[in-house]
Amino acid sequence: MIRVQGLRKVFGRQQVLRGVDLDVATGEIMIIIGRSGGGKSVLLKHLLRLLRPDAGAVLVDGTDITRLRGEALEAVRRRYGVVFQGGALFDSMSVFDNVAFPLREKTSLGAGDIAKRVEEKLAQVGLVDMGHKDTAEISGGMRKRVAIARALVTEPEIVFFDEPTTGLDPILVNTIHRLIQGLHRQFRFTAVIVSHEIPEIFEIADRVAMLHEGLIIETGDARSIQNSTNPIVQQFIHGAVEGVTHAA
Amino acid sequence: MTDESAGPETLPRPVRWVEALGRGTLYLVESFGRFGNFLGQAAALIFVPPLKVGRLVGRVYFIGFKSLTIVMLTGAFTGMALGLQVFLTLQRVGSEAFVGPAVGIALVRELGPVLTAVFVTGLAGSALTAELGIMRITEQVDALQVMALNPMRYLVVPAILAGLIAFPLLTAIFDVTGIYGGYLVAVILLGLSPGTYFGQMHAFADMTDVMVGFWKSLCFGVLVPWVCTYKGFHCGHGAEGVAHATTEAVVLSCVLILVFNYFLGSVLP
Repeated sequence: MIRVQGLRKVFGRQQVLRGVDLDVATGEIMIIIGRSGGGKSVLLKHLLRLLRPDAGAVLVDGTDITRLRGEALEAVRRRYGVVFQGGALFDSMSVFDNVAFPLREKTSLGAGDIAKRVEEKLAQVGLVDMGHKDTAEISGGMRKRVAIARALVTEPEIVFFDEPTTGLDPILVNTIHRLIQGLHRQFRFTAVIVSHEIPEIFEIADRVAMLHEGLIIETGDARSIQNSTNPIVQQFIHGAVEGVTHAA
Repeated sequence: MTDESAGPETLPRPVRWVEALGRGTLYLVESFGRFGNFLGQAAALIFVPPLKVGRLVGRVYFIGFKSLTIVMLTGAFTGMALGLQVFLTLQRVGSEAFVGPAVGIALVRELGPVLTAVFVTGLAGSALTAELGIMRITEQVDALQVMALNPMRYLVVPAILAGLIAFPLLTAIFDVTGIYGGYLVAVILLGLSPGTYFGQMHAFADMTDVMVGFWKSLCFGVLVPWVCTYKGFHCGHGAEGVAHATTEAVVLSCVLILVFNYFLGSVLP
C-alpha cells in the first residue's frame, strides 16, 4: 500500500504541493487527474523518490521512502516499474535491448532466459518480432508499448504510468488503456496512472483522485467522481472553459 | 524603530547591494560545492564494483578514437607553424639549430596537452554534454534512477575514466605528429639537417618535459569529462537548456584548461 501524508513542495515562490494526502490500496488502479500545472507530475516524482518533499511523507508498505537513501531506496525501487510520459527509452539501444536492460543490470538471468522473457513481454504488448528495431524508427504508440514492456519485464509490484497515452490518436488511447487493464488483470500489480484522458480513463479505474492547485480535492470510484457535486471536478471532467477555475 | 515587514523595495540601496552580493556569493559557493560533490561521488564510484567495462570501452572509442583524425591534423599543422616561425626567428640570430628543441619542448610541455584538451572538448566534450542533456530532458536519467541503477555509475564514471585513458594517448599522438610537422617544414622545406633537428632535441628535451605534458594531460582528462558531464547532468529545460549547457561546458572547460595549465606549469618541474 502507498500512503501519501501531508506532502508539501515549494519551487522558488511557487507552492506546487500544499499538503497532499492520498492512499493507494495494494492491487488497485488509482488514476490521478487534474489540470496541467496542478502538480500531478511533481506528486508522481515524489512517489518515485526522484524529488524530496519540503514536508510530509510517502509510505510504501509503512516505510517512509522520503528518508531512504542508497541500498534501502534501491530495494524499494526494485519493486517499481515506471512508464514515463515520453517513454524515456534509451535511444542508443534497440527495442530488445531497452526491454532487456533492467534484466541484464539487476538480475542474474542468463542471456537465453533474458531473451525468452523479453520476447514474451514484447508479445504481451503486441510487438512480436519488433525487437531488432531501433527506437528512433518506431511510432509514438509503439514507443509507449515498449516502455510498458520495459516497465513490466521485471514483474514489479507497483507500476507508475505518467500520462501513458498523451499524443496518441483515440484508437491508440483505448488500445493502450485496454493493454494496461489486461496486464493488470494478469499480473495484479498496483497501478498509479496520471492521465488527462477523460472520460476514457475512467473505464479502467478502480479509484480516481483529483489534484487541484496542490491538493487532492476529491477521491472516489469513477462513477462517484463523474457524479461529483464539486464544481471544480465537474468543470474539469466536462472540459468547460467557463466555471470556477480559469484557463491558464 | 525599524519596520521589520519592509520588503526589498523599501530597503536602502546600499543594503540591497550587500544583499545582492551575499546572494551571489552564496550561489557561487553552492555551485562550487555541487561541482566538487559531483566529482567526489564519481571518484568514489570508480572504486566500488561493478565497473561498467562495456560503457568504458564505448567512451574510450567516443572520446579517443573519434578525436584521433582531428588531433593528428591539428597536431601536424601546429608543429608546421611552430617549425616555420621558430626557424625564421632563430635564423635572424644564426641559431636555427635549436628549432628541434624549441618545437619539441613547446609541444610536449605546453601546446600538446592544452590544444589536445581544447580540441577534444570541442569534439567529444560538447557531444557528451548534449547527449547527457538530452537524456536528462527526455527522462532517461530518471528512468535509470527508478530502475535502481545509479546514473553516475553509468554515465559519468566511464566518461571520466575514458578521459584518463584517452587524453594522455591523444596528447602523445599530437606531440609526435607536431614534431614531425615541424620536421617537415624545418628539414624538408627549409633545409635544416635532420641530425641537427633531432640531435638538438634529444640534447635539450628530457623525460621531465615529457612527464610535465603527461601530468597535464591526465589533469585535463579528468577536468573535461567532469565539466561536460556535470553540465549535461544539470542542464535546463528543452532544446534551449541543452544548447545553453553545451556552450557553458565548452567555454568553462576551455577556460579551466588554460587556468590549470598555468598553475600546473608553475608547480611541475
